[in-house]
Amino acid sequence: MRSFRVPENIPIWFFVGVLLAVYGALIGGHGVYGWVTHRRDAVVLAGLRAPMWWGGILLILGLIYCVKFFPWGPTLRQDTTGKH
Amino acid sequence: MMVPANAIGIASGPSTLAVFLPPPLHGQLAHLTPLDIAVIAVYFAMVLFIGFYLRHGSNTSEQFFLAGREMTAWIAGLSFVSANMGALELMGWAGSAYQYGILATHWYWIGAIPAMLFLGLVMMPFYYVSKTHSVPGYLKLRFGESSRILAAFSFAIEMILMSGVNMFSMAVVMKVVLGWNITFSILMSSLAVAVYVGLGGLRSAIYNEVLQFVLIWAGALLVPILGLVEAGGWDKMVAKIASNYQGQDYIHLWRDTAHFSANPMGVHWTGIVFGLGFVISFGYWTTDFLVVQRVLAARNLRAAQMAPIIGSFFKMAVPFIVILPGLLGLVVLQNPDGTLLHLVGENQVSVANPHSFNEVLPLMMVRYLGPGLLGLGITALMAGFMSGMAGNVSAFATVWTYDIYQPLIRKRAPDIHYVAIGRWATVLGVVVSIGAAYLVMHAAGIMDYVQALFSFFIAPLLGAILLGMFWKRATSAGGFCGLLLGILSSVSLFLWVRMDPSALSMVALSPDAKSMAENLYRALWSFLISIAVTVVVSLLTQPRPMAELDGLVYGVTKLPFQEPVPFYRNQWFWAVIVVVLFAGLNILFW
Repeated sequence: MRSFRVPENIPIWFFVGVLLAVYGALIGGHGVYGWVTHRRDAVVLAGLRAPMWWGGILLILGLIYCVKFFPWGPTLRQDTTGKH
Repeated sequence: MMVPANAIGIASGPSTLAVFLPPPLHGQLAHLTPLDIAVIAVYFAMVLFIGFYLRHGSNTSEQFFLAGREMTAWIAGLSFVSANMGALELMGWAGSAYQYGILATHWYWIGAIPAMLFLGLVMMPFYYVSKTHSVPGYLKLRFGESSRILAAFSFAIEMILMSGVNMFSMAVVMKVVLGWNITFSILMSSLAVAVYVGLGGLRSAIYNEVLQFVLIWAGALLVPILGLVEAGGWDKMVAKIASNYQGQDYIHLWRDTAHFSANPMGVHWTGIVFGLGFVISFGYWTTDFLVVQRVLAARNLRAAQMAPIIGSFFKMAVPFIVILPGLLGLVVLQNPDGTLLHLVGENQVSVANPHSFNEVLPLMMVRYLGPGLLGLGITALMAGFMSGMAGNVSAFATVWTYDIYQPLIRKRAPDIHYVAIGRWATVLGVVVSIGAAYLVMHAAGIMDYVQALFSFFIAPLLGAILLGMFWKRATSAGGFCGLLLGILSSVSLFLWVRMDPSALSMVALSPDAKSMAENLYRALWSFLISIAVTVVVSLLTQPRPMAELDGLVYGVTKLPFQEPVPFYRNQWFWAVIVVVLFAGLNILFW
């Protein structure tokens, strides 16, 4: 059975990516739900659907950072192959 | 942190008023949905995870106090700016922009950029080459133990009290905006900071500051974008401001600063240029250990020099998320009946005028940000508060351990002992900060003095450091006397104006001067006194041999050779771009 260890030296940019991606998914998801169900938040300029596109931007940026800075270090590779 | 755009300007300037936010007459400004709460919870989970994750990499003093000196220029640069973007930065300066217009931008541009470049290009080599752990540590090397101890105690007291002020400020903001219990806010934020700084040391503080910097932009950037959309663009916003507030100039940086009475801030361009742009700005950005510590953590000299330059780009951009919302508030905020909403000073809040200047940013957030986005905006505010608090506490732990505990209590101990002391100092710093927060809560009048405390040390310290770094003849006695008398003169000027308000006209050289001008000129005078005393005493005392000044003084120090790099990686190339942008922005908004 594979064991999991948190890899060493995770770059801060990976954490940034995770946080932006999570926020993008949460906020963008809310925006898409509102767009699909034609519900508008009780704010000014609600018709611009800011949660949808702002959440989308955060999600895309977050995913880019997650992939680019994913900690492909030796510790992780060894762990995921079950050698540790 | 507690020192928004600049140290002294804020020390008793308009932004500090945020902490005096009155009990909400209008009920809380915003209501959080489960989605907002999830966004806030994710943030707290992330910062705590980072603290636990980095705890194993903070076992030596170099790792705990200087993050192993392995930060890249980008990380050190963003952390450098983020540590400064603390407590009252976002809300306070947005309120100032509503009150004074674009003049508030001076605290971001001339009040920061030249000093940041000077730190990176000129001063950083000395800090870095001397391998000091702290700014008081540099004073010890240059001027001896007495100067170090004076600076260390001043700084430690200042950090703790300011941390408490920040903590209380955040709690009050959360109460006004969200209706949260003050004790809950204080305990929640301080516990999180204690855990992640205590476990991971400076590295954890820096990692979280980078994260918080990104969050601040992600949460706050949408407000000015949507505000400009609603206002119809920049030109229409300017036209509406001119129409709504005839006779007052909100959109020029320099045009109306030839006379104290010609601008709403009551300042003169000489005060802005010499008081703010030189003494206060250089004092804060080049000698305040809170920010310098971030740059000392860079992995090599070039990265340490690049970090403030990278930070300066972002610093120049901050007015977009802080000043612009304040200006937009002048145009778009309305009462329920559609009339223009007028925000007032804290002491003028009433049923008829329920909102103060300092609420402009939350009001703008509530106006545009729905579920999720509002949570992100609130998280941005909390991130700002926590990054400032973490900056205070991590800087305190370092100065306490290296500049107070080690020289005065236990000179020689294993490295691991000092790391343990640093961890306990972090906890102690947080606990005392909580005490300071409650002290402020129960004696609001003390706030003015606590804020001013910050301003007492910066200008004299700048005088001592500049002469120490660039004048070989400066002696230990000169440095100590200059620092001490500079501090005493600043305190005296402050108390003089408090006891006799008419003295302001003498301190600021004009009967039309307002409190902001007092800060600028008080700093200028204390700096000049510090310089004069240091020079006179140095000339009367025996100088140190040149050989002892290697690594400490310009002209005696052989700077380390830096490998040539392509022009686009050279710090001077990017500094020139910053200068061009800085000049262009000032001309554009002249």
